[in-house]
Amino acid sequence: MSDQTPALRLEGIVKTFPGVRALDGVSLSVMPGEVHALMGENGAGKSTLMKVLGGIYQPQEGRIIVEEVPTVMTSPLQAKSKGIVFIHQELSLAEELTVAENIYLGELPRRSFGRVDWEKLYTQTDAILAKLKVGFNAKTIVGDLSIANQQMVEIARALTVDAKAVIFDEPTASLTDAEKVVLFDVISDLQRQGVGIIYISHRMEEIFKITDRISVLRDGSYRGTLETRNTTEEEVTQLMIGRALDLSRNESNHELGDVALEVRGLSCGHMFKDVSFDVRRGEVLGFYGLVGAGRTEIVETLFGLREPSGGKILLDGEEVRISSPADAISKGISLVPEDRKGQGLVLGMNCRDNMTLPQVGELSSGPFVAPGAETAIFDKYKEKLDIRTPGWKQTVGNLSGGNQQKIVIAKWLSMHPKVLIVDEPTRGIDVGSKSEIHNLIRDLAAQGYAVIVVSSEMPEVLHVSDRIVAMFSGRVMRTFTSEEVTEESLIQAISGITATEKVA
Amino acid sequence: MESMSKAGIGRFLARQGILIAFAVFIIGFTLANGRFLSPENVMGVVRSSAILGVMALGVTFVVISGNLDLSVGSMMSFSTIVVLDLHDKIGPVLAIPAMFVMTLCLGAFIGFLVGYLKLNSLIVTLGMLSAIHGLTLTYSGGQNMDIADKEGTWFSVFGQGSALGIPVPILIFLLLAALLGIVLAKTPFGRKVYAVGGNGTAATFSGIKRARIVFLCYVMSSFCVAVAGLIQASRSLGSQNTVGQGLELDVLAAVILGGASLLGGSGTIFKTVIGVLILGFIQNGLLLVGLQFYVQFVVTWAIIILAVWLDIAAKRGKLLSTIA
Ligand SMILES: Nc1ncnc2c1ncn2[C@@H]1O[C@H](COP(=O)(O)OP(=O)(O)OP(=O)(O)O)[C@@H](O)[C@H]1O
Ligand SMILES: [Mg+2]
Repeated sequence: MSDQTPALRLEGIVKTFPGVRALDGVSLSVMPGEVHALMGENGAGKSTLMKVLGGIYQPQEGRIIVEEVPTVMTSPLQAKSKGIVFIHQELSLAEELTVAENIYLGELPRRSFGRVDWEKLYTQTDAILAKLKVGFNAKTIVGDLSIANQQMVEIARALTVDAKAVIFDEPTASLTDAEKVVLFDVISDLQRQGVGIIYISHRMEEIFKITDRISVLRDGSYRGTLETRNTTEEEVTQLMIGRALDLSRNESNHELGDVALEVRGLSCGHMFKDVSFDVRRGEVLGFYGLVGAGRTEIVETLFGLREPSGGKILLDGEEVRISSPADAISKGISLVPEDRKGQGLVLGMNCRDNMTLPQVGELSSGPFVAPGAETAIFDKYKEKLDIRTPGWKQTVGNLSGGNQQKIVIAKWLSMHPKVLIVDEPTRGIDVGSKSEIHNLIRDLAAQGYAVIVVSSEMPEVLHVSDRIVAMFSGRVMRTFTSEEVTEESLIQAISGITATEKVA
Repeated sequence: MESMSKAGIGRFLARQGILIAFAVFIIGFTLANGRFLSPENVMGVVRSSAILGVMALGVTFVVISGNLDLSVGSMMSFSTIVVLDLHDKIGPVLAIPAMFVMTLCLGAFIGFLVGYLKLNSLIVTLGMLSAIHGLTLTYSGGQNMDIADKEGTWFSVFGQGSALGIPVPILIFLLLAALLGIVLAKTPFGRKVYAVGGNGTAATFSGIKRARIVFLCYVMSSFCVAVAGLIQASRSLGSQNTVGQGLELDVLAAVILGGASLLGGSGTIFKTVIGVLILGFIQNGLLLVGLQFYVQFVVTWAIIILAVWLDIAAKRGKLLSTIA
């Protein structure tokens, strides 16, 4: 490999934003046919480096060299024409347009007089979609697709050009296992064609499965490159966060309290049927299942976003009707939603105001908002969750993906709810902070909160939960205690393989 | 930062473009007519902008919440006609609150349609523009409305009086601007308006009652319209049915000139006041250099389009840089 010319080299890249030195002289080289992992904590500068490469940001210093030719990337379209394809961390699709239009945006095939050649557009697109084995076609409107499928559309974009290097920025954050398999197939195809691949992810198991080398950034500077074959998770973590990770679960032996939330025979159309479970104070209840198993729909119903078609919800033993999120919040239920950009944050608002939004009324003194109290909350959680931002005034949209997620978590933690529901709490969060958030969830339980954790990551559910509800296709298949659960039994339960024992 | 890139300059221009264009206008007008920056003229501009300004304050709330209000012009005609009519029938002391209640009802109705029934605000307020015009004509029977005893009423104080040497309309405008500026910037309600306009779904997920916020914004807007109608009626003590016609566009132009985004979620009262003054000076300048009154319509439109274009251009730049 070493005698080849690199597909791509970055030299001494410096990029600053007001108050932040995001990249401090970073160099990197990617060989053709190599899958090169880029790792680092939230806010380390990974996405920024890739945006420099993709022509979205202009660096203050440094050079980009594509196949030994120094190149200035002036715009995303120009970068694409040089063979650099960028699949973004946050989706950047036009929701009202079709899949085909999104994939070929800016370069639709033309007939005479500049008319769009729709037929060609659709056949080309369908050919690409076939390779990705997705369940939608060229004419589907992007807004109608699930987040995971929208991600697949982003990926399809990469396959339309003769790429020299493809950048994947946390592509698997919202993919199911099956979709991941397809993605990895696509990656190894590209690899065989000699394309250099830069792969950003916080998931160690993926990194070790598909990458050849791992480069690590920390606080905007380059920390080194490791051969994946010759390294370990511990070594990478050490390089990333400068210390070893404590992965032990803090088992405080606190007493479980009364049942805080009880759900009996809850149904909602065809989304989920006859769901029953309860959560006690001091307990973490995990919900595990495939995407589409109805977990998100259940928590949305508990949060007043959906009207149940049958069944009962009891809070502290009393039956309640939850008519809206405002109602849920006043009853002491909080939800960290799964889609931070769409549901969790007002991107144009600053960090502090986002964090205190649900309680801005309660915090007010007289008729006025109380900036002092709000800033105090912000400072407390910035410290507690290690949120990297120059200050509360920073617009949330300017934070790194993981730090945005932390703002959403802080927003709901700071409400001190009776029942805290978190849907995919650590999506896009680095290993260090992830274990901090897991510890935090355990701590909350120890303090007497009832916590529900919905997650698609088995290690996460196994790690944080006291009991686990396994769901399949809108039904509760089985509820495990943490003593009895095994990976195999859990996998069986969520694939609907176990004989459907009815849990009364 | 040290070396501003091409894109950086573009973004700077997009953001400051209005102020630069304004500066060019001012210099041009002053060269063309020395009277332009005289104290009397400046005071005149502010004074004649007061009615428009008061309406723009309310519309700022609506626009930040992510909606439009094109009904304010015809609603202002309604308020003016109603208060003039009632003045002679039940006396000013009762006429004023009665007019406020009626105008607020109109605002509440629009707020109900856009907020609770989630109808498109452009369609609703455009429809209300003509519906209210019809209502006004029905009310007045198509006649101009005049106060019988123009000399003897204290009602003229709102439009013609002055205190501390400052005309009352200007005082009302500035006081209301200060008050609403505080409401928008310093109260939980104001914060919620930004949240609803910035990301309605996230606002709902945060327990904000989106429909209610939108509703209140329209009520706020109609309150400002009622104040504007009061000033207008008091200034002229008589009025045609069409006195507010076309003002909705000037108001919108002022709000957007001030930098509120039509996409919602941004803008401030202070910026709207600046927008009102910019518009006032430009229109006054055009008159001073001897252009026909009607040319103003063309210019107002050109300004709206320019402002919207700059807004979108700036957003694009920003969007590109925020996709993580
Ligand atoms: N447009 C911007 N304006 C100001 N600061 C920014 C901007 N974009 C990024 N930053 C800052 O630069 C730093 C690096 O951000 P970046 O998005 O590159 O992190 P990351 O490594 O991708 O993190 P994550 O794993 O959370 O996605 C962060 O501190 C972030 O707040
Ligand atoms: Mg990132």
